[in-house]
Amino acid sequence: MTTDDGRRTTNHGRRTTDDRPQTTNYGRQAVRAGWGVAPTFEPNLPRRKVMGMVWEGVALLAILLGIAMLLTLLVKVFLDGLPYLRPQLFTEFPSRFPDKAGLRSALQGSIWLMVLTALLSFPLGVGAGIYLEEFAPKNALTRFIEINVANLAGVPSIIYGLLGLGLFVRGLGLGRSLLAGVLTMMLVILPVIIVSTREALRAVPASIREAALALGASRWEMVRDHVLVYSMGGILTGMILALSRAIGETAPLITIGALTYIAFDLRGPLDIFTVLPIQIFNWVSMPQEAFHRLAAAGIIVLLALLLTMNALAIWLRNRLQRRW
Amino acid sequence: MEQPALEIRNLNIYYGHFLAIKGVNLSIPRHQITAIIGPSGVGKSTLLRAINRMNELVPGCRTEGEILFDGMNIYDPRVDPVEVRRRIGMVFQKPNPFPKSIYENIAWGLRINGFRGSRAQMDEAVEGALRAAALWDEVKDKLHQSGLSLSGGQQQRLCIARVVALQPEVILLDEPASALDPIATLKIEELMRELKRDYTLVIVTHNMQQAARVSDYTAMMMLTGEGERSGTVIEFGPTKTIFTNPRDKRTEDYVTGRFG
Repeated sequence: MTTDDGRRTTNHGRRTTDDRPQTTNYGRQAVRAGWGVAPTFEPNLPRRKVMGMVWEGVALLAILLGIAMLLTLLVKVFLDGLPYLRPQLFTEFPSRFPDKAGLRSALQGSIWLMVLTALLSFPLGVGAGIYLEEFAPKNALTRFIEINVANLAGVPSIIYGLLGLGLFVRGLGLGRSLLAGVLTMMLVILPVIIVSTREALRAVPASIREAALALGASRWEMVRDHVLVYSMGGILTGMILALSRAIGETAPLITIGALTYIAFDLRGPLDIFTVLPIQIFNWVSMPQEAFHRLAAAGIIVLLALLLTMNALAIWLRNRLQRRW
Repeated sequence: MEQPALEIRNLNIYYGHFLAIKGVNLSIPRHQITAIIGPSGVGKSTLLRAINRMNELVPGCRTEGEILFDGMNIYDPRVDPVEVRRRIGMVFQKPNPFPKSIYENIAWGLRINGFRGSRAQMDEAVEGALRAAALWDEVKDKLHQSGLSLSGGQQQRLCIARVVALQPEVILLDEPASALDPIATLKIEELMRELKRDYTLVIVTHNMQQAARVSDYTAMMMLTGEGERSGTVIEFGPTKTIFTNPRDKRTEDYVTGRFG
């Protein structure tokens, strides 16, 4: 405790007449009991408070730096891109002339890629997560698979691009088609979906599982009617976050050959395709200033798409969240 | 005595290499309340959970011996644990209703166990179970609210209703009132006395007064010996005898609070 004139007090706030560290009651007892030197306290609050403020300042500075960089990026992108954020951006195909250029084919490609990737990876990823978490025997093989899945989530996406190139583009003969892109992207996000599904399942308390099994439910009935239902919010959130990773991915798609000039509508899953980040990359690499502004407009579209998906994930999580 | 509801013979339960329960022999009388008492960590819950094969959900848990139920050893390889659990229901220490409606909490168990009946028959079954658990009057106007909206004591009675709805033969209760206040506890105890007309009840309790108040028979569990960590039943008999005239010195010390 510190009195208003800054002097230290001990013994539960009783004022002392001098500034020497006070021996506590406990200390006196210790001396009386013959335990040797009595312990003393030097609270030194002013110094501790100053140190606290210093570190608070450092932490604040760290977050301000991050926010400042993000703001600079946003302001710059919006200043550059807003003039080009007009209907033609969505209705026109890419062109040599910036005034006629749009990202119609890239937007189509991105949306189709996302929808098909979601349709394929949801059952596979959630299914694998359910198996590993709820059904797999806890043995060395399961642990080996678990560790591998967790590690796969951290593999650079270009590696998946190379795998996709070898396996889907050449091996299965799918060429540089949308389907090859979808399958490659599925490989990228499957580990993420599996890991987040398992985490969501694990969050359902054991007491609920016991309740279901003790009523004579089979393991599958327990999972289907309870565990899966209660963890759906978390599973969907993980799914959407994985998809928003997929939509921003460029490297694996460049690797399988989606880096192309597409000036027609997508006709089917076996058609060649391109996606937003690749179109943006194309425009940025052009010499003309106007294309850089188009790229900025493309970034705004991509950002809007990503933020919408993240907002959807947060909304879903809050809506489906359960308290136990 | 009438044919016992359950006969436990030479039961050993291991967690990995650790022998948790050693050589338990016990006959659980039909339509009576049997209390399992004993100090913490002696394996009361483990013994209880052996009776409806809930232990095998614990990885590394192994059971030896027999539990005869209706003339059949429930640990026989031909017996499906899922079927055992419908006929031997369980109520847990912490109320664990499903985060679904009160109605659905009861209807789900019926449905998965193949309840075939009209909507009206289902309504009737739900009402019957809630009445049997002395909860109907408190919830009849809010059957479609979440089971989690109820108080702790009501939640526990909902869990009992959920079990009763399946018309099991035995109901196992693992310290069903330890998370409840005294009034809710009293209601659960009254309910247990009601239920024993139709069911055989086995209750694990820490609370000596509770065992004395509600049970007809008491099984006293202790560690098998000095320095041992395996638990076993050291004495079994009518509750009155266990509490007033025990044969074993350790039982006497424990029930009179002179243990330790």
